[in-house]
Amino acid sequence: MSLSSLDFQQNFFQLFGLAQSFQLDTPSLERQYRAMQMVVHPDKFAHLPDADQRVAMQQATFVNEAYQTLRSPLRRARYLLKLNGVDTQEETNTAMPMDFLVAQMEWREAVIAAQQARDANALGELQTRMQTETGGLEAQLADKIDTEKDYAAAAELVRKLRFLEKLAEEIHAAYDAIDY
Amino acid sequence: MALLQISEPGMSTAPHQHRLAVGIDLGTTNSLVASVRNGISTVLNDERGRAMLPSVVRYIDAQNILVGEAAQYAQSEDPTNTISSVKRFMGRGLADIGDISRYPYRFLDDPVAQSGQVQFRTVAGAKSPVEVSAEILKVLRARAEASLGGELVGAVITVPAYFDDAQRQATKDAARLAGLNVLRLLNEPTAAAIAYGLDNGSEGVYAVYDLGGGTFDISILRLSRGVFEVMSTNGDSALGGDDFDHRIYCWLLEKNDLSALGPQDTRLLLTHARTAKEQLTEHIETRITAMLSSGEVIDNVLSQAEFYDMSNNLVQRTLQPLRRAMRDAGLKIADINGVVMVGGATRMPQVQRAVGEFFAQPPLTNLDPDKVVALGAAIQANLLAGNRGEDDWLLLDVIPLSLGIETMGGLAEKLIPRNTTIPTARAQEFTTYKDGQTAMSIHVVQGERELISDCRSLAKFELRGIPPMVAGAARVRVTFQVDADGLLSVSAREMGSGVEAMIEVKPSYGLSDQEITRMLQESGQFAKDDMQARALRELQTEGYQLVEAVQNALAQDGDLLDKTERERIVDRVKALQESLQQTDSALLKRAITNLNDATVGFAQTRMDKSVSRALAGRNISDLEVKS
Repeated sequence: MSLSSLDFQQNFFQLFGLAQSFQLDTPSLERQYRAMQMVVHPDKFAHLPDADQRVAMQQATFVNEAYQTLRSPLRRARYLLKLNGVDTQEETNTAMPMDFLVAQMEWREAVIAAQQARDANALGELQTRMQTETGGLEAQLADKIDTEKDYAAAAELVRKLRFLEKLAEEIHAAYDAIDY
Repeated sequence: MALLQISEPGMSTAPHQHRLAVGIDLGTTNSLVASVRNGISTVLNDERGRAMLPSVVRYIDAQNILVGEAAQYAQSEDPTNTISSVKRFMGRGLADIGDISRYPYRFLDDPVAQSGQVQFRTVAGAKSPVEVSAEILKVLRARAEASLGGELVGAVITVPAYFDDAQRQATKDAARLAGLNVLRLLNEPTAAAIAYGLDNGSEGVYAVYDLGGGTFDISILRLSRGVFEVMSTNGDSALGGDDFDHRIYCWLLEKNDLSALGPQDTRLLLTHARTAKEQLTEHIETRITAMLSSGEVIDNVLSQAEFYDMSNNLVQRTLQPLRRAMRDAGLKIADINGVVMVGGATRMPQVQRAVGEFFAQPPLTNLDPDKVVALGAAIQANLLAGNRGEDDWLLLDVIPLSLGIETMGGLAEKLIPRNTTIPTARAQEFTTYKDGQTAMSIHVVQGERELISDCRSLAKFELRGIPPMVAGAARVRVTFQVDADGLLSVSAREMGSGVEAMIEVKPSYGLSDQEITRMLQESGQFAKDDMQARALRELQTEGYQLVEAVQNALAQDGDLLDKTERERIVDRVKALQESLQQTDSALLKRAITNLNDATVGFAQTRMDKSVSRALAGRNISDLEVKS
């Protein structure tokens, strides 16, 4: 890979030479990411003038952003919907199915209870259940985006995944908190 | 497109020109410098064959400063002017330091000077940790230049992975103050991984456990086909081997019913405590004998078992960051292919055992834990300087602590979470909360806690000139950029109305370029060569301009001069031209003065002739150059 073959005007999928879909060729993404950083990273420019180093920093920042976006299922889905002109309305649209909201509240209470009891095993169980739930939503997202192209339904799945991501953060914080 | 104009990396370096670059491990207890020679990373010794320079600086008076062993010897006798473990104070205010009675120094807390960094009051005046560290770096720089036989193009300086922005900035400032071109700030565990990984051609996931004199880091890295990717890092920037010494010191106080020792006795017992700690690595017990300034004699026997017991909670304190780093990397113990031990304090058997138990495998200790960081830093310095070997490799590191800003109610909103790969940038938009609001204050913090007061404050700045609008209409975009050194810069821009206001800030503890320049001029010595070279260039420019001006004047108005006067000027032009071919500044300066003196009369005559040039009081070179 050489610098002149990179075009930073492309979207993130094009940048890494990947199909624009939710299903992702992860090994290929990682390979391309590393090959690209080998070319653009500021360490490759440290002996050159400041201006070159600044450009390198911006390009490496861009490649990092692209990689992080595609690697995370939630961010990837959000990005795909944006490329298709769909706003996921995560801040504005709070109309969620009642059973989903109730389940969310129960999850939260369970995390708080486990933290108060300093029960790492209970947190571990919650984490496993949450990961299964997340995996299920991601499988549905692949269907809605790649196969059915039902972007409205996909946007609702993204909003649900956002709840689960926050929950994952809370479980993580609970681990940190009980770990004296 | 601009992209096409960038030369390929390495292209601008001549193939056989080796650029001198070093890696410096600026440690709490000891510092080292290393360089790649003939393709092999080597620690550079001093003239007496010693690799480690004790990180101790003694101020004797304003001119005389001792660094290293010579300073260390005087620690007990002159404790207030002899600064050790200065790394613990880098980028810190007095409030951060905690129990100041633990240290024998006279602290100064001047919020204006040194941007709020703590200072030491010494016989040579107030000294900041940046200045003290710069003294250590100057010695290492001189050692490297003597040993490598030339000027350095740059240095990689290592920092604990868990150092925050203020501590990193202070380290970079110290290096600049020592006249070093900082190629990169490199995280210590990452440096160790480079030394290990490239040495053993390893692949897989490695944990680097780095317990230094005053800092603790854990980093989890994935090594794959020449890419070192840091997956997570954690640590404690105020925990290290020094704390183990302090436990023994406290035990000695208790055993001998001592309290409130003076600085000299404190230093004496701490030195004995360190020796005892080192003894207990190999022996099951050690005897500590010392005589205090009062004449009282200390004589105690400390067993390994007692030492393990009193230091157990320090060892346990390192395990919590281990668990966090593993969680952040999303890994299980079984995923770890190897554990690398770094830092002199990892020689303690109880530390090795605890780490071995945690990772369920014996840790790797085949490289000297005191040297491995400097060796890795040298390998990276060599690469960054443009000396590319056959094997190409890359390092992808992360920021250790989340970056955020203060929102309403004193809460911290994270913009860049910890363990994000650098360089990275994140932008977020904010709005006004009152009608007609024209300013907004932005408070940048670093840390994991929710409350602003529990995080480290990095910078506060005000964005002014927002056009008055109804509440919520202004759009202020705040951009965080973290560079490859892990250093942050923040900019803010009002975008709502098309009117843009922009501000760049540096973290509160950073020194401005002007401050650095002033300190450089004050210290004066380090850059003597550079300054002399610049002075010579300036003189040469002046000389050439003068020769040209006089020759022009002679050509135009030479007939105004009598023969003797003309010959005198021509001779001096010749003398100046000759000294311009040499590099003797004093000679050149004399030649310029001589020619200037010789042309004063000529200038006067020319002026009298041409009244329109009413420029009395200047000599000929001014006239010609300015016209």
